[in-house]
Amino acid sequence: MLDLLKKPVETFQEFVLLAGRAIRNIFRSPHYGDDIFQQMDIIGVGSLPIVIMIGFFSGSVMALQMARALATYGAQGQIGQIVAITLVRELGPVLTAILVAGRNASGIASELGSMKVSEQIDAMRALGTDPIQKLVTPRLIAIAVVLPLLTIIADFIGLIGGNIIASTLLSITASQYWTSAWQALEYNDLVQGLVKPFAFAIIISLVGCLYGIRTTGGTQGVGKATTQAVVSASVWIFVTTFMITKMFVRI
Amino acid sequence: MEEAPAVVHFDDVSIRYGDTVALDHVSFKLHPGESRIIFGAAGSGKTILMKAAAGLVKPDSGRIFVFGQDITHLKEGQLYEIRARIGFLFQEGGLFDSINIADNVAYPLLNQPTLRHKFLENGHDKSLHDRVKEALTFVELGHTLEKYPSQVSGGMRRRVGIARALITEPALMLYDSPTAGLDPITSNNIIAVILKERETRNTATLMVTHRYQDGHLMAKFRYNPDSENIEQVPPVAETGKHQRTRFYVMNQGRIVFKGSEEELQAAEDPYVRKFRRRS
Repeated sequence: MLDLLKKPVETFQEFVLLAGRAIRNIFRSPHYGDDIFQQMDIIGVGSLPIVIMIGFFSGSVMALQMARALATYGAQGQIGQIVAITLVRELGPVLTAILVAGRNASGIASELGSMKVSEQIDAMRALGTDPIQKLVTPRLIAIAVVLPLLTIIADFIGLIGGNIIASTLLSITASQYWTSAWQALEYNDLVQGLVKPFAFAIIISLVGCLYGIRTTGGTQGVGKATTQAVVSASVWIFVTTFMITKMFVRI
Repeated sequence: MEEAPAVVHFDDVSIRYGDTVALDHVSFKLHPGESRIIFGAAGSGKTILMKAAAGLVKPDSGRIFVFGQDITHLKEGQLYEIRARIGFLFQEGGLFDSINIADNVAYPLLNQPTLRHKFLENGHDKSLHDRVKEALTFVELGHTLEKYPSQVSGGMRRRVGIARALITEPALMLYDSPTAGLDPITSNNIIAVILKERETRNTATLMVTHRYQDGHLMAKFRYNPDSENIEQVPPVAETGKHQRTRFYVMNQGRIVFKGSEEELQAAEDPYVRKFRRRS
């Protein structure tokens, strides 16, 4: 039983250590600004088209699904409210994070994993560079900046998707829709909707880097690291969203 | 020989990974201008020994001295100063895929904290370009500056790795399997470059290899700057110089043989005999 627990506990310990070193490096020189911007471009700009797609369709689907339920109570006019709350609080942050985890936690793990098995990370240390400073910290900063932005975009596009469904299929006017959506959102929802992507950003970047950096066993090991990174990042995103929601929601 | 401080000194060093022993009570000394050729089966601890000498892995017991300084318990930040004086050629070259060859070779000058300061004080971009060009010309690759590591052959990558290691003019060179997986002609070219580096600057050299021929060239040949080629060194009787290349054989983390080329040829141990010349 103890042996079974040993590995996850060790991994978690490594994660905490890596997080500590990566965050401490944010305040230390040298800073690799070019790497930060390059990663922002790869992760932020690169994910934009697919984030827009996902945002649009998740908003539309929410509007369609909820329309029937609301019709039971004759409250179809409140569709904007439902779409806004689900998107901003939950769907926007989680779907965007899952998407970025699939795209970039895997990308980071395989890139760093390949560097590890081809001794580039050792070479970096031998040539006077701290791999955490050069590889991990820039990715952490880049994702922490772009993921909240991507989430805001996904939320907004999702609301537009909901609007299109509401006006075309449910004959609700745009002003009715947006007023209901706007009035539904409270300060609490917005904070929650931005704290989540920030926490997910830390998970995605550090899980990707951790599995990449501890890769062993050649190219096969790189494949394994990539899979593990996506699986762990996704699971932790759901666990974290539950914990954050629990903190914000008082029943 | 006087008691000049050894460049590398392993004092009873052991390293373990879980249950496997990577290095088992290894002790040796290496002085300036000397070479050590390390043979051994796969997994016998050769690469770990090289990495330990550069402070990339820490010993579990014993002590390691580099340039007379005890590096056993140094922190990563303190090791950079030592590593600035060590050139390391990794097994596959260890080049960074994402930057071109010129930037790879310039990397240590711009990133080693101590070298960076020195470099920025006396030089600017032009001298950086010149030094990169010079290092690449040394390994006969002066024309490849703009290419990326993935665009050149394995032998060229290895030579770029050597250029990157020697651009800092290190006093200690560590070559991890410089000829593995290369054809005999390319291999001999690489050893010629290594000999040239050793003769020109009296560098201390540790070399891991699988090829007997590499060791033989290191022990019996030297670089002649006039003919720009390597030539056989006359026997000790004529030069009065002592053999400065020694052969080590490793097995399961231990050094099981230390001696000259002739002693290796005469060895009785069946494991050690695997690494002598096949005639």
